[in-house]
Amino acid sequence: MKFVDEFREPGVIGKASGEIRRLADPKRHYRFMEVCGGHTHAIYRFGLKDLLPSNIELVHGPGCPVCVLPMGRIDDGLSMAQDPNVIFTAFGDMMRVPGTNGSPLEHKARGMDVRIIYSPSDALKLAQKNPDKHVMFFAIGFETTAPSTALTLIRAKELGLSNFSVFSNHVTIIPAIRAILDSPDMRIDAFIGPGHVSTVIGCRPYEWIAKNEGKPIVVSGFEPVDVLQSIVMLLQQLQAGEAKVENQYKRVVPWEGSRPALRAMAEVFELRPYFEWRGMGFISQSALSIRDSYAQWDAEKRFQVPGVRVTDPKAAQCGEVLKGVLKPVQCKLFGKECTPERPVGALMVSSEGSCAAYFNYEHRKAAVLTSIGAAV
Amino acid sequence: MCLAIPAKIVELFPEEQNRALIEVAGVRRHIDTSLLADDPPKTGDWVLIHVGFAMSKISEEQALDQIQTLTMLGEQEAAIQEVQGYGLGET
Ligand code: SF4
Repeated sequence: MKFVDEFREPGVIGKASGEIRRLADPKRHYRFMEVCGGHTHAIYRFGLKDLLPSNIELVHGPGCPVCVLPMGRIDDGLSMAQDPNVIFTAFGDMMRVPGTNGSPLEHKARGMDVRIIYSPSDALKLAQKNPDKHVMFFAIGFETTAPSTALTLIRAKELGLSNFSVFSNHVTIIPAIRAILDSPDMRIDAFIGPGHVSTVIGCRPYEWIAKNEGKPIVVSGFEPVDVLQSIVMLLQQLQAGEAKVENQYKRVVPWEGSRPALRAMAEVFELRPYFEWRGMGFISQSALSIRDSYAQWDAEKRFQVPGVRVTDPKAAQCGEVLKGVLKPVQCKLFGKECTPERPVGALMVSSEGSCAAYFNYEHRKAAVLTSIGAAV
Repeated sequence: MCLAIPAKIVELFPEEQNRALIEVAGVRRHIDTSLLADDPPKTGDWVLIHVGFAMSKISEEQALDQIQTLTMLGEQEAAIQEVQGYGLGET
């Protein structure tokens, strides 16, 4: 296992972490939420927490698309693929996410035609190669991924491909941040903003967080130095009593976002009036459905969708962990009934889920240290 | 899944505007470049790719830095597996 001290820029890292210690007021407790699951993964992967003073707490946000999907949607997607003529396609991350009667992989073992794809365009190719089958793509993702799905649908329409459809589970990040800020049991001082989502939407959509809520937000890259630098920028704002949107990830994120990506999304998608998020309930205008002009490729319109609502197993506390109210280890099932090998909740499946990230790095590190008799 | 991987554009196709052949650690794959329509890439440019689409251009220096990080963390294999598309192959 590699930690940050083996990393290539110990000088820069040391400097950033020294700067954090200098700026952080020892009398204060800071709670910073990293919205994006990619950051959660990086924070555990690089052991960044060990570089922060103990009064800076990193709270994991809802930005893991697999994790926020309620179980009912997985059941809905799988029910469409009961038809032996349908090929169910999804990203690798989805494959082990439990539905009521098992994950897509378990359905595959029982004979369902389930295929892992890397790109929505692979699903389209599969449809072209199998004209006598129907290929359904189970689409998930925030604004990072939605443009790729949109472009694939535009392509399907251009080709007049009739045996392809998309089950859209695309969600949008801003309403989720709003729900967190509105939640009474939540106190966040500032946000580490998502990097790749912002490549698409730009930085403007975050302005209300600074202006109306008075919370600083820094859009951040994913390298260890990026995350530490973003924390420095947040502390500088807090110290100066400011709240603004800053862009630490300028080398990739344009302030205005990506016009071609936004155009493609606008062509294909519209906002759903409301959508259910795992553990967070219904959030209005927080997800994307496919426009009527693409109805022919909309799996929800082509198939009977049961639209069942399934509650999570009682002891599972995925919702609280998703909102950042509980830490992964505070869930009663963590490391016992729920492990990456036998996940109960989706947060234990995706590498961006905070339970999996915590289990794979912190928990295993602690176990190793205990087994060699070191103090943890 | 939200991983974005740096890759170098090795070939463009004049007859197919939005397609490019990229290379990641010796692995080649076709990607879609429609999202860079406002500033189309050239051969030799580095891009960040996500689920088979180029999201943005990056400098060679940043790309190499990021590849080094992936290698160092032993995550390069996962990246390559993603890029290969789990054996679905090219058409
Ligand atoms: S440990 Fe498992 S059940 Fe508990 S919150 Fe995490 S994913 Fe959900």
